[in-house]
Amino acid sequence: MSIELTNISKTYNGSDFILSDISVKIETGEFFAIVGPSGCGKSTLLRMIAGLIPISNGQLRIDDEDVTNLPPQERALTMVFQNYALFPFLNVKDNVAFGLKARKMNSSEINTRVNHALELVNLTDFSERKPGELSGGQRQRVALARAIASDAKICLMDEPLSNLDAQLRNKMRSEIRELQQKLGLTLIYVTHDQVEAMTMADRIMVLNDAKAQQIDSASNIYDTPSNTFVASFFGTPQMNLLPITLKENKQPSDVETNLKFSITNSLKAGNYLVGVRPNALAIDEVSSKTNAIVTNIEYLGTHSIVHAQLDNSLELRIEVSSTHNLSTTERVSVSVTGNHYIFSEDGQKLLNTNGGYTDGNASQEPQLQHSI
Amino acid sequence: MTQYKKRKKIQHILHYSLLIILTIFIIIPFLLGLWTSLLPTADISKGALWSSHISLDNYVTAITQTPIIRYLFNSLVISLLTMFAQVIFCSMSAYSFVFLKFKGRDLLFYVFLATMMLPFEAEVIPNFTTVRDLGLLNHYAVMIIPFLTSAFGTFMLRQAFLQIPGELKEAGDIEGLSHWQYYYKVVMPYSKISVYTLAAYSFLSSWNQYLWPMLTTFSDNFRPVQDGLRQLQSQETFNNWGMIQASAAIIIIPTLIALFFGQHYFKSGLNEGAIK
Amino acid sequence: METQAKNPNFNIASKKKKSAELSLGYNPYAKDKLYAVLFLGPSLLILALFVFYPMLRTIYLSFFLTNNLGKPTVFVGLKNYFALFSSNAYINSLIATLVYVIAVSIFTIAIGLVLAQAATKKVAGINFFRTIFSATMGVSVSVAAIFWLFIFNPSVGLLSQLFTALNLTPINWLTEPGWAMTAIVISTVWMNLGFTFLIFFGALQSVPYTLYEAAQIEGVSKSYQFFHITLPMISPTIFFVSIITLIESFKSFGLIDLMTAGGPNNATNLLVYRIYQDAFLNGNYGLASTESVILAVIIALFTFIQFKVLEKRVTY
Repeated sequence: MSIELTNISKTYNGSDFILSDISVKIETGEFFAIVGPSGCGKSTLLRMIAGLIPISNGQLRIDDEDVTNLPPQERALTMVFQNYALFPFLNVKDNVAFGLKARKMNSSEINTRVNHALELVNLTDFSERKPGELSGGQRQRVALARAIASDAKICLMDEPLSNLDAQLRNKMRSEIRELQQKLGLTLIYVTHDQVEAMTMADRIMVLNDAKAQQIDSASNIYDTPSNTFVASFFGTPQMNLLPITLKENKQPSDVETNLKFSITNSLKAGNYLVGVRPNALAIDEVSSKTNAIVTNIEYLGTHSIVHAQLDNSLELRIEVSSTHNLSTTERVSVSVTGNHYIFSEDGQKLLNTNGGYTDGNASQEPQLQHSI
Repeated sequence: MTQYKKRKKIQHILHYSLLIILTIFIIIPFLLGLWTSLLPTADISKGALWSSHISLDNYVTAITQTPIIRYLFNSLVISLLTMFAQVIFCSMSAYSFVFLKFKGRDLLFYVFLATMMLPFEAEVIPNFTTVRDLGLLNHYAVMIIPFLTSAFGTFMLRQAFLQIPGELKEAGDIEGLSHWQYYYKVVMPYSKISVYTLAAYSFLSSWNQYLWPMLTTFSDNFRPVQDGLRQLQSQETFNNWGMIQASAAIIIIPTLIALFFGQHYFKSGLNEGAIK
Repeated sequence: METQAKNPNFNIASKKKKSAELSLGYNPYAKDKLYAVLFLGPSLLILALFVFYPMLRTIYLSFFLTNNLGKPTVFVGLKNYFALFSSNAYINSLIATLVYVIAVSIFTIAIGLVLAQAATKKVAGINFFRTIFSATMGVSVSVAAIFWLFIFNPSVGLLSQLFTALNLTPINWLTEPGWAMTAIVISTVWMNLGFTFLIFFGALQSVPYTLYEAAQIEGVSKSYQFFHITLPMISPTIFFVSIITLIESFKSFGLIDLMTAGGPNNATNLLVYRIYQDAFLNGNYGLASTESVILAVIIALFTFIQFKVLEKRVTY
């Protein structure tokens, strides 16, 4: 069951678009995540695919059939909700059977399906309980069982794990992923959590400002973010984004700033944003040529996040091994050791990716720290 | 595709038809009342619902020849005083049940709860004797004093006060607020919606009192509107439909306006009371 | 809610009392008693004087014959009660009250639900309809009586004119026993609708929307959704409104007094109206007190059931 979105848009008043021109083809059996900050329209998009909200413009095809104007039940899909949407007055079994009963399926068939679904989510022993007597994780599994029992091959999930605590979330992530593989579901999974999207999905659509910012696999999104929004949305701690100005005569050589970046491709003179992930920076404590001052250290076990302020007052996050001996207010030398990205000044476009190096030296010309 | 849209459209039309039928049932008594209040009684008596003499004459008659304005004034005084009294006394007793620690508190609370089971209607006989012996008959006081407080109001505000985070009380203690200060600086503003709801509720129930004022007031100087209308109706004016309807309209317009503006508060407050 | 009432710092306080710290002279609850007297005193006084005392007094009076000032004269034990339950008139009044109460409750709930359900769908102009539906909330009993008296009026009333126009014999609404009850029920239901609508509307709004979305995806029909999602979800509210409506109808007085005065032939002589007649028109305070006790028992019973059920249904 493939799902194809062609130029899908949503507007309530005809001029302000909540979503505009979303196009993607989701393949059969694919785990597809839609991720973005709250209010980006990801739930709206999911509800449009479900048929709960009408599509303003564009076309939705499921298995090459146009379903744009079909009601939800004719789209042969199922959905799992953030608050689980369980009926508090029904026990687990009846919750799972709800839709089947409403469709007047015969009772032995219902029983088989319900039992099978409960087995798959390990809830057989809880079938007589009411949702109120279950833990959050168990409720979530009831919701999954209901989706499984419906036997639809497309499953939509709307932030299904966001009401669970962190540990349970980790566990459920792999459970959902396993179920999806086992049942061969085409799964569209909405979340605001980039880690969830990266760990679970085959492909990810990043939504922001009513538009799909990037649609790609997790590793591609991480390695080649198409703009600064995607770049800073993925990866913890967040990527450092620094303004730089390239001068005509420096091109295509190194950029003189407090930090040295190597720019291999030719870029026109002008203003840019350069992005460096915290793990692509290193600190040299012993160097005498310092270019930054440590302002804060977050200890995270095996590694620490060092917050440092460059001499030109820009803030940096740097990931270091926790064996360091740094302390706040200490002066250090920061250098670029890994990939960095050059974005257009407005952050909308990735221009260049570099496996950069520096000589680790701080700039000798503080007066050259121009606009950064 | 077109069939889906057609079905939606038919549903839409059916829905509006339902809304309109319901609206007619609800609104006909209002409209008929307001409309006939504009017609000359002579025409109404002939069974005509249309007249060429549409005027506010009935209103003029009602205002000049009956004590309707005095009734309204009486009701306003009684209801406002009852309202303020209930807000103050109910909130203070609710405060006691939530924030004060003293012996017998829980027992007293159950006593309050128990009074909610006792209908005032079943107690009018001794109450009548009491107010007669106190010399309160035929005075505003007789319609206010028995209703200075209410168990229901106390219960409702207690539920609201219980929702106030305990940390606020602790913060207040650290700042050294006395109970009195905490009551009017924190508790009352925090539970604003519930307090307004109680105010509206007590105003309305006082306004709608019928049996008690009927038993205890005998003169137009103190009679509230509900019983005032009864008075108008029982007098020779009974068949003066135009004027009676005008009187009803004079009474109902202020409440409808108040309801219209207070709707929002009322809705949320009522539901808080009902669900929690 | 009880656990919340017992604020945790109260427990700390009771521990403190036993400890040596008390000897330092600081007890944060020292002044509470004084405040309790100040805050609770006025309310207690009023309730004692106008709720507890009269209840006891009513029970007391129900065992007596009284003079026309309401003073007890002869102790008759339970005779007043026996007299009532062997009196056809009183039994008829009880039956009439039951008929009235049940009819009013059923129609109030049913129409209230339809109004609320119809008002949930967000269509153009829905706020107008919502305002209209809640409008009877602002109608007091005497105004309602006047509106409906005019509609039911045999000569000039709207219904008579309508019947005549349709070539039907007009009904004497308020002077034929069965129709008088019908008229009273219609008027009461109409008056109740504003409040009932608001409560039901609020309850419907609080049903999680995703429940309906989940049902829609399963292709569940609208009526199935209503009976299998909406009704069970708001059943606590329906219960709450039913009890309130039952209790309020048992206490009905104003509409009866204004529209039928208990007539015709005592067909609408409901319990409270009867108490009023026996006590204040016939001067039979003892008997009226007995009737009051019976009314109080009935209402206390319903209120008690309500408390019990409300307590139980905290599960969701």
